[in-house]
Parts: sequence; structure tokens; C-alpha cells
Amino acid sequence: MTQSADFSLIPGETGDTLVLHGPLTVATMGALDPQLRAITTPLAWIDLADVGEIDTVGAWVCVRMARDSGAQIIHPRETAVRLIAALQQTDSQTVAAEPIVLPWWHRALGHLGDRVIGMAVGALSVLGFVGQMIVAAGGLLRHPSRFRYRALVHQMELVGVDALMIVGLMSFLVGIVIAQQGAVQLRQFGAEVYTVNLVGRLTLRELGILMTAIMVAGRSGSAFAAQLGTMKLTEEVDAMRTIGVAPMEALVLPRVLATVIMLPLLGVYSAIMGIIGGAVLGQASLGIPFITFLTRIREVVPTHDIWVGLVKGPVFGLIVALAGCYQGMQVKTDAEEVGTRTTAAVVMAIFTVIVLDAVFAVLFSEVGWG
Amino acid sequence: MTDADADADTTTTLAPDPAFPIRVRGLRNAFGGQVVHDRLDLDVRRGEILGVVGGSGTGKSVLMRSIIGLQVPEAGTIDVLGQSITAARDDRDIAIRSRWGVLFQGGALFSTLTVAQNVEVPLREFHPDIGDDLLAEIARYKVRMTGLPMSAGARFPAQLSGGMRKRAGLARALALDPELLFLDEPTAGLDPIGAAAFDQLILGLQATLGLTVFLITHDLDTLYEICDRVAVLADHRVIAVGTIPELLALDHPWIDEYFKGPRGRAAQSARRKGG
Repeated sequence: MTQSADFSLIPGETGDTLVLHGPLTVATMGALDPQLRAITTPLAWIDLADVGEIDTVGAWVCVRMARDSGAQIIHPRETAVRLIAALQQTDSQTVAAEPIVLPWWHRALGHLGDRVIGMAVGALSVLGFVGQMIVAAGGLLRHPSRFRYRALVHQMELVGVDALMIVGLMSFLVGIVIAQQGAVQLRQFGAEVYTVNLVGRLTLRELGILMTAIMVAGRSGSAFAAQLGTMKLTEEVDAMRTIGVAPMEALVLPRVLATVIMLPLLGVYSAIMGIIGGAVLGQASLGIPFITFLTRIREVVPTHDIWVGLVKGPVFGLIVALAGCYQGMQVKTDAEEVGTRTTAAVVMAIFTVIVLDAVFAVLFSEVGWG
Repeated sequence: MTDADADADTTTTLAPDPAFPIRVRGLRNAFGGQVVHDRLDLDVRRGEILGVVGGSGTGKSVLMRSIIGLQVPEAGTIDVLGQSITAARDDRDIAIRSRWGVLFQGGALFSTLTVAQNVEVPLREFHPDIGDDLLAEIARYKVRMTGLPMSAGARFPAQLSGGMRKRAGLARALALDPELLFLDEPTAGLDPIGAAAFDQLILGLQATLGLTVFLITHDLDTLYEICDRVAVLADHRVIAVGTIPELLALDHPWIDEYFKGPRGRAAQSARRKGG
């Protein structure tokens, strides 16, 4: 459909004449430009008499070659005259401002420094965010009528009720896996019956709440970050401020509170589903009747195991919701940042939850709740 | 384009006429029960700046979206540069996308790319054979041609003001040296000085590049200053096309109110004083 462009060089006394043929357009210059750049002989004239169609890309290449080699452009047609004049004007106004490229080690060190400073600033601003939230919570305690119960209930539904299905299924399956794997190992000591202890204590103390926290971080923490981040981008958050609604009160506190309330509940539910999973496996392949399994749980699991789970629940909930809301509220520039902030929210939440879980493990064994 | 290609869809194609790069016949657009366009006809002449005006909700943007193939009309034919848009079955059929440029209202720049990279996107898409050096040079002079400072090329859209974003959007629209330029309210949201400068920029580029411009606007100054003809959308149709004096001679109540209202008079008197 398109013809290709071509050129020929005619030697002359003061320098060669570059004769261009065919259409000089954006479609043809891609192939021609590297060849023209390869010309090393000095040019005196650039002849455009045989040029058909020309657009700004073709004209630009002519202007550039004329500028670089000092050649004169001759025989341009009407369109070419107009375009070349426009481009020469643009070019003359162009102050060459080449970006400075630093050596790689310089950039690597700079990058590292940016990261370190970024982490320090990040830690400070998380602290600032927590402070703002406490101030907002204090304000609400003094004026409880301002509290948004509807938003809280709505968020509790999203965080808690809507997660029942997936958390339940996950816990049930994990309960089965623990019971099955535990039984295989304990059988070697003839202590199969201790599978009940394993399932009961593990789900109530650790796995129930930990898995729930991770699931909620993935479901709700990410949603918080994406929602708030998008609201920041569309200036909804700013609009709320100008109307006199504090975003902390209206957006952040209901989400945080909802997660703090729902996570322990979900954790207990998860532990129960895990135990049921274990009991189902016990019935099916260990020969322990379902009811016996549940009765044994009551005998072998100390009450403080339930407390361990319940104490961790609200703390993990706070971490997950804070990470989501904080990252969401930090969004400033563009759609890509919403994505990176959402990822950061989930990573931050899960990492902190696991670190805190280890701290809790040490703490509880110190106070004799081992 | 060969004759054989043109013959393939003669059933829906009007006789191609190089003098009219855009031809719309019997266009009908409706959303749900709400009719936006009905039996709408419009011809755009080569090399003109056609202003499109109409009250809110008369479907100016929908008309533009129909012409550039973003909106599939219920009925009617639209030919652009001798090819049928309405007969095309999917995006790939519309090969003439490289022959028009579109400036959306908000600029619609890709927010994760710099201005220069934004300009390079259509070039890379349609002409992968262009080398990186030439690509960078093209992006640089396009950015300069739209009146942006050199430094703007390396910036991200979020770092630019509204007026600069429009210019950057225009640079991207012009990336492929199109024959047609679609502008959706280019001066909306600009201050009067910025708007006047943008008008002059469009006028200058139109003369230099020989563009045909389809321009949706509410800006009376723009209409008086740079439009060769004005198309008026009302009652689901283009009720009139012509120069402003021609339109005023029609004695249509909406047109009279539009151009002879207080704002219209102000723009008119400014025009008389100016030239």
C-alpha cells in the first residue's frame, strides 16, 4: 500500500548532494532513518525535488540532517517548505537539555539511600497516622453522636459476614490436613488419640486466628487500600474535608473498628470449623467417633488457649485495617500507585501479623499459658 | 487504498469523495429509550475547522465517539477518509485509526508514562520499525510544536497543569501526523489567556499540517476565532451547518439565543475590535 522511500548520493565539489526519493512520512522514515544516519560523507545539498508526500517526521529528518551537516535544503515543494519552516522554528527554540545519566554505582547508591530514607519516613508517617486515628477516636468518645454506626455495621458485614464462607471452608480443610498429618506421625508412638489435642490446641491458639488474619488482610485490607486510594485520586477525600467531614472519622475509624470487632469472632469461628474438620477425619479414618472427638476437646484443651486466640484477634484486626487504610490514604499520583499501595498494604499486614504472632507466643509461655 | 478494497463494502459505503473526509448519513443513536441522534447527516470538508455546538445532552460527544468508532450506532452510515466505520466489524477493521488523532476532554494521557512516552505510544504501535533515536526526536519536536517547554517531555501527567495536560494530549493526538483531528472541548477549564493561546495553537497547527479539525466546543470565542464553519446539534439532528453569519441569518430561536445572548454578543464585539 505504501511505497518505500529511498536516497542517492551525487558527489560534488563542495560536498555530496543527497537526493531523496519517494514519500517521506512516518510510515517510511523508520526504515530510511538508520541509513541516513549512517552517511558519513560531508553534504552540501539536500534535494527534495523527487519527494512525494511529506509529513513532519520526514521534514524533521531533513531539518536535522541540514542542521548537523550544514547542508542546504533545495527544491522543496509547497508542503515541505511549510513543514520545514515550522520545524526549524521549533528546533531553534529547542535548548538541548539532555538528561544527565549518572554512573550505575552512583544510581545504585542513590536508590539505596532513597529506600532507607523512605523506610524511616514511612515508619514516622505510620506513627503519625496512628496518632491521627487516636485523636479522631478521642473526639468521637466526647461526641458519640457523630459516630457512623451505619458505616460500621456495613463494614462489619463486608469484613466479617461476607468472609464466613471462605474462612469456614479454609479452616475446615486445614483441620482435616492437621488431623491426617498428625495422626500419621503420632501413630508411630501409638499415640493416635493425641491427634485430638493437636487439632484442638493448634486451631484455638494459633492457626484459627492467624489464617483468619491473613485471609482478612487479603480480602479486606486490600479492599480498604484500593477504595481509599481511589477516593484520594478522585479528590473525594478532599471534598469530604471541605464539607467538614473528617475522613478519619467517616472512612478510617469504621473500617478499623469493624475489623477489630470481626477478626476475633472470625478467629473463633475458624477454630471451630477446624476442629469440626479434624473430627470428621477422626470419624472417617481414625476410628474416633465424632462426638467422642468433641468431648475429648473439652477435656484436653485448657481454657487459656481460647483466651490466647481471643487476645490476639483484636490486635491482628487493628494491624490489618491500619495497614489497609494507611496505604490507601497515602495515594497521591496515579492509578499505578493504587496498585502498589494495595500490594504494600497486604504485605505489611501479613508480615506484621506473623511477627506479632511470634512475640505473642513467647509472651504467653512466659505468663504460664504455654 | 485500491478500488478493489473500496468495492468490497459498497453496500454501506457512500461514494468516496476526497473533498469530504467525514460523511455521516442517517445516524441513529439511542441509549435505552432515550434517543440521542435520529437521522443525523453531516459532512466535514477537507481542510476546514468545523465547530460543533449544541445544548447539554444533544450528543456532541456521542457524535464524535460514533465517528471514531468508539460508539456503535443503531443505524446509519459513517464514512471517514473513504472507509466505512459502521461496516467495520471490530477494532482491527478500522485501519484508519492511524490517520486521525483524538484529544479527549481531560487529555486522557496514560498516567504511568511520561509525556514523551505518551507521544511515542501510537508511533510504537503503528510503526515498530522506527528506531529509538528517531522516536525520541519525534516525541521531542511534537512536544515543542504544541508549545510545551522541553522539560515537559520527561514529566508525568500528574505533574502538569490542566493547560499543559491538554497540550500534551494534543502532542499525542498529532503523533502520527494525522489528517483528521478530533478535539472534545479543548478550551474547557482553561483560563481566557490559556484558551486564546490554545485557539491560536490549533489554528497554527491546522495551517502548518493541513489538518481537518472536528471541534466540539462551548467556547464562543473559539467559534468566532478559529472555526470555518459551525454545525448546530438540536432535536437529535444537525439542524444547520455554516459560517456564523449564515447561521444567524436562519432565524432559528436556539441559534439566536446561543449567539445573540449576552455571552455571544461579548464574543462578537471582541471579535470586531480584534480584527
